[in-house]
Amino acid sequence: MADAHAEAIHVHHEPTGFIRKYIFSLDHKVIGKQYYFLALFSVFVGMILSVLMRWHLVWPDAHIPGLHLLSAVGAPHDQMTPEYYLSLMTMHATLMVFFVLTTAPQAGFGNYILPIQVGAEDMAFPTLNMLSFWTTFLGLAVLVAAFFVADGPPLSGWTGYATLSALGSVAGPGEGTGQNLWIISIALFCVGSLMGALNFIATLLELRTRGMKLMRLPLTCWAWFITAILALLSFAVLFSAGILLMLDRVGGTSFFIPAGLVVNDKLITGHSGGSPLLWQHLFWFFGHPEVYIAILPGMGITSHVLSTFSRKPIFGYRAMAYSMMAIGFLSFCVWGHHMFVSGMSPYTGFAFSVMTMAIGVPSAIKTFNWLGTLWGGRLRLTTAMLFAIGFVSLFVTGGLSGLFLAQPPVDVNLHAGYFVVGHFHMVMGVAAIFGMFAGTFFWFPKMFGRMMNETLGKIHFWITFIGVYCIFMPMHYLGLAGNIRRYSRFTEVNFLNTPHIIDLHMFMSIAAFITAAAQFIFLFNLFWSMFKGEEASQNPWEATTLEWTIPSPPPFDNFGGRHAVVHHGPYEFGVPGAAKDYIMQDSPEEVPAG
Amino acid sequence: MAALAWMVLLALITVISVVIFWGHYWWFPVDISTHGAAMDHQFNLTLMVCAVVFVASQLGLAWFVYKYRDRGDGRKVTYSHGNNALEVTWTTAATIVFVGLNLLGYHVWAQTHFTGASPGALRIEAWGEQFQWYFRYPGPDGQFGTSHSELMNDGTGNYLGLDRVHDSVAKDDIVTATLAIPANREVELVLRSKDVNHSFYCRELRVHQDLVPGMEIPIHFTASDEALKNGEAGTPGRYEIVCTQLCGLGHYKMRAFLQVMTEADFEKWLQQQAAMQ
Repeated sequence: MADAHAEAIHVHHEPTGFIRKYIFSLDHKVIGKQYYFLALFSVFVGMILSVLMRWHLVWPDAHIPGLHLLSAVGAPHDQMTPEYYLSLMTMHATLMVFFVLTTAPQAGFGNYILPIQVGAEDMAFPTLNMLSFWTTFLGLAVLVAAFFVADGPPLSGWTGYATLSALGSVAGPGEGTGQNLWIISIALFCVGSLMGALNFIATLLELRTRGMKLMRLPLTCWAWFITAILALLSFAVLFSAGILLMLDRVGGTSFFIPAGLVVNDKLITGHSGGSPLLWQHLFWFFGHPEVYIAILPGMGITSHVLSTFSRKPIFGYRAMAYSMMAIGFLSFCVWGHHMFVSGMSPYTGFAFSVMTMAIGVPSAIKTFNWLGTLWGGRLRLTTAMLFAIGFVSLFVTGGLSGLFLAQPPVDVNLHAGYFVVGHFHMVMGVAAIFGMFAGTFFWFPKMFGRMMNETLGKIHFWITFIGVYCIFMPMHYLGLAGNIRRYSRFTEVNFLNTPHIIDLHMFMSIAAFITAAAQFIFLFNLFWSMFKGEEASQNPWEATTLEWTIPSPPPFDNFGGRHAVVHHGPYEFGVPGAAKDYIMQDSPEEVPAG
Repeated sequence: MAALAWMVLLALITVISVVIFWGHYWWFPVDISTHGAAMDHQFNLTLMVCAVVFVASQLGLAWFVYKYRDRGDGRKVTYSHGNNALEVTWTTAATIVFVGLNLLGYHVWAQTHFTGASPGALRIEAWGEQFQWYFRYPGPDGQFGTSHSELMNDGTGNYLGLDRVHDSVAKDDIVTATLAIPANREVELVLRSKDVNHSFYCRELRVHQDLVPGMEIPIHFTASDEALKNGEAGTPGRYEIVCTQLCGLGHYKMRAFLQVMTEADFEKWLQQQAAMQ
């Protein structure tokens, strides 16, 4: 304590010019918000695309008012063409996976909160931080531009499988300029993510304040740190794969294109020796860690919020941290489970299957520990807490369907069907988004200095929670019945063109419309609360970590030139004999029970 | 109030989800293969395990939220940082269940994928192109003629680029739009693509395999008697084949039919097709 008082205080003042303060800001808090709003824009565009898709799936010939304004070719007379459906699907997935699931939980919340939680003034490399955001922004701009190119937006799916994605416009609409822009967008995103990942790793390792030992880090920080390592290793591979794909398209190389292809009766010359499977290996080497990049921050936020609002220490802190490390490591050993029927060696497939079942173990450990955290607690059911509990429910549901898909003999009959769509939407889609909602309601007071409206928050939660089960649970049933994915019309397939299948799709579409509409409650709550919400105190949730030791919103240099000194672990709630039911991390108070 | 609502709602979601699985309201179609029963068994086994875990964890979650809700009575929480014995127990249990389940499925996969077709199997090629299927039978010589990319032309009807003038092996090759097979005889299907990735999926046959340009991927299966008893749209032995790998704008209409026949009918059909080449 004496040291802390003796220390010189250097207050850093924020820049006064509008551009340096709000646009090209070096402040991690501004950049965190920029990422958050970029993801917010993307998630609403992505959601509207999904509404259009659900509309088309149940009424394939419907006139969707105004759709021709988006694309006169893709929706003549407001009717969606089958290829335009595939474009919307590709854009929906690309926006959601990259610009939402990878952006908000990690780059958004991580940027804003991680430096404060470790007691730092800013990220390790503020300029790099600014560059990483603006590179990501450029990536989004390029992707959005792909909507408006003459030969149609890309339609190869977010997985962009070669050779469809490699051959150019001969392979059909969307394979020309649209596909080029898709690759450029993804490559830019990779560069932005790589810069961000380096910054996160350096900040966590180098800028922790005194007393912030690794085992005193909030689990959110562990999650962001491990996610950054995954991003560093996987985006580098996707970036390289993207360059190779572009070279095949425009540079005459043959990484993914074999000899002798005939497309639309046209012999493809000038290529030989390429392997379409190589693309799948490179893509999924990135793609599987990517789903953990999307979900790990949600796990961190859920752990953090569950402990705070259970007024209880997290159950099994070390098990939680180690299981995230195990998930991170194993996530690089399982990519082949996307390729059981791809033509890859079936022996390799079985090896990948064993590793995939193994990754279920740390996931189960996390679930047990979340239940253990609730056990014996005193649960404050705030909106943030409801979303965190919802995360656990969705993670269990979505995770368990993974056990089917991880086994090659079971996957054979479910692959490329709605069972898979239900699985990944439940777990990496909706569960991850519940993590973001939990994070938003939890940190909004810190980020904006005001409270969000709890009543609106709860209405939004209940509709969303019921809604997502109504949308995504039936997908599993449809998958069993052989309902295949990426089909713009089910009427063309006899076994799908039955009321038994179509009626369930109708139910899901209506649930999707209601759930999507409910998201505007959230949007309203967010912006209304930003300006009209009740003013937030420094620590409205009676939480323990360092961001709650500084004003809401924090000053430019976070700690006002002080250096916080950490004395406790992050989750000292309900300590017997303590003065209050929580002990702040920087409190010099002894923990009576030890 | 929120805690009670939570408990009731989550319990309802859990029960409804399980009941729909249990009632087979949406379920796999009839199995017409000799290997499918083992796959279906492995699915059912996995479903049992998952159902137990699903119900236990969702109901546990629902109950905990209700039981431990803040009643405003200032009750002391159970101060605990965890329990190593519990961690070891559930880690071990999860490992045994998950990896054990996987190993139980090993033979199902091995049986269909680790061995090739037997020597007497009927060899057929399945070709995919945007957005059509073609099937090729080797004819009486039992051999496939060479496919020449430069000769492939749908416009002239030479779908697979056969040189029937100069290539004596290709002369008797039979190219069809329907995949006809005899019941109770092993079939080796070699999958090839002319342009982009496609995927061969027949639900009832429990067969699913990608077609990859530049690769010849062999799979093998046997249709059982069950195949002759059932059929799509009231036609015995007829089943839909669909493409499940996104292959471009017409992906949704890339389909063909499997026709399972008796051995005698099959031979007759083959002769008819040969006459039409």
